[in-house]
Amino acid sequence: MSMRRSALRAVSLALVLGAGAALAETPNLGRPISEADIAAWDISILPNGQGLPAGGGTAAQGKTVYAEQCAACHGENGRGGILGSVVGSPPIDRIDAVKTIANFWGYPTTVFDFIRRAMPATQPRTLSPDQVYALVAYIFAENKLIGEADVMNAETLPKVKMPNRDNFIIRFPDRI
Amino acid sequence: MGSKRSRHGLENAPIVAGNGLIDRRALLGRGVLLAGALGTSGALTGAAAEPLTDAPWSLEQGAVLPTYQVASRFEKPVARTLSNPKNEPRTSHARTPHHLLAGTITPNGLHFTICHQGGTPDIDPDKHRLVIHGMVKQPLVFTLDTLARYPMTTRITFLECGGNSAPMFSPVPLQESVQALHGLASCAEWTGVKLSTLLEEAGVDPAAKWLIAEGADVSGLSRSTPLKKAMDDAMVALYQNGERLMPGNGYPMRLLLPGYEGNMNVKYLRRIKLTDQPQMSYYETRTYSQLLPSGKAYRFYFLQEVKSFITNPSHGMALKEPGYYEISGIAYSGAGRIAKVMVSADGGASWAEAALQTPVLPKAFTRFRMPWRWDGGPATLQSRAWDESGAVQPTRAEFVALRGETKTPPNVLGFPNQHYNSITSWGVGPKGEVKHVYA
Repeated sequence: MSMRRSALRAVSLALVLGAGAALAETPNLGRPISEADIAAWDISILPNGQGLPAGGGTAAQGKTVYAEQCAACHGENGRGGILGSVVGSPPIDRIDAVKTIANFWGYPTTVFDFIRRAMPATQPRTLSPDQVYALVAYIFAENKLIGEADVMNAETLPKVKMPNRDNFIIRFPDRI
Repeated sequence: MGSKRSRHGLENAPIVAGNGLIDRRALLGRGVLLAGALGTSGALTGAAAEPLTDAPWSLEQGAVLPTYQVASRFEKPVARTLSNPKNEPRTSHARTPHHLLAGTITPNGLHFTICHQGGTPDIDPDKHRLVIHGMVKQPLVFTLDTLARYPMTTRITFLECGGNSAPMFSPVPLQESVQALHGLASCAEWTGVKLSTLLEEAGVDPAAKWLIAEGADVSGLSRSTPLKKAMDDAMVALYQNGERLMPGNGYPMRLLLPGYEGNMNVKYLRRIKLTDQPQMSYYETRTYSQLLPSGKAYRFYFLQEVKSFITNPSHGMALKEPGYYEISGIAYSGAGRIAKVMVSADGGASWAEAALQTPVLPKAFTRFRMPWRWDGGPATLQSRAWDESGAVQPTRAEFVALRGETKTPPNVLGFPNQHYNSITSWGVGPKGEVKHVYA
């Protein structure tokens, strides 16, 4: 639809400016850049796993990373903590129920994406992909979403089924 | 207080709804109508004024002109309230003092701000970059200087946090000001580059359906937006009310999605990636997904629906004496223009149509005004707005039936739930004190 509209606009502009007018009458001041040169910023992980880096980790490895990097805010073993627990699945029995990874988050990829992007809060984007995979494995294993020995990597992580995945309603489907 | 004489005067007044609401046309300069509504003027019955003398400031040199002026020192209360003044590692909010403002444009220093993590970044505009990539023919990178050379587009539009008015989910009315209840909404004139122009220059892959916008702040805040919206009225905003964006509002550039949830209007915009699916980011699938009484949750709410509230008088104020007052407030809708605002002074038993300050712009604050004669008795003031799409602000009963309320009163700074757009009621007591009530 957008392509058709822009084509229409280009045609009408050409009519106004005469046959010699360029097709796209916009400044075109952006500088071309390769995806390789964007890589350091391109940290979006999609639900299908697109964007997940190479590497992997286990809950046992993650336990160590967690104790060093996360426990101060999120509590010993992921429970308690001044900025919220990452382990636990309290019931969703009220409109202000506490939303946790296990009781609310719909996609496992969100956990990887958010940890890598924004954690630890004071030094985000300092964890290696292996460390993030290990943390995800640890959090998922503590929440009984995967087995203790399961490895999290680009292959296995997107396949983890989150318990609350099917409990969302698109508010205004016609706006998508 | 001359109430006897006033009542006599009201016999001829154009009262249009219960408890003293006066026909809005009285505001159109028809002196006869307003005089009739007011009855005997206070000047005739009040005590004589004191003789006038020169004050000290009329007899001495004034202060040097500042390079960037700020409000009078007497206007100190006209300020944002801060939820996290010590910048502890949690979300910080600053709320707009609606009850101390009278227009539709929020002054830049008073525009609301939310920073989810890490406060306001200190961005060097010369080093800031915006990259557009993903499902495009040619990824492009822009500087602020190059964007500033593009044809500018301007629109006045409101921004509202999805969690604005969250204290209204309380089962009892929290005794808080309109600033505390509704201060996470503001309105400004935004100027920048149409996003569709930049996307078309990069060449949109026909299979692309979404864009993921990301900020340069410490959290790399990111949200997904349907490409449909991006090609409609989205903007990369560079200016706010004619000057560069405030740091708390996204300096040096932000995504502007008129009418859509504040958090989607990504500040410090540094990256736009086109994709065929949403990212399901933390903020869209966790924070800004709203739990329903059934236990299910809304996702991709996007729209800030039609809403209004009275800003004057409002909670915490006091009416000094019976007589004439102007009820005033703001109305807005993410779906378009405000079509109508009705006001009640008797808790919804009767309603009268308010005057709308022009121009009435789509997806912008619209100020409404209602002339009112307070007779000194109890009154419950309410406003209810309709937008041009036909949507109407739900009553509290309707809203609670659909969305529920909390079991116990929440912290006023908390966000028990989001997207509250029902009616706000202010109760006027016998001494003129104004309190938050449910009606």
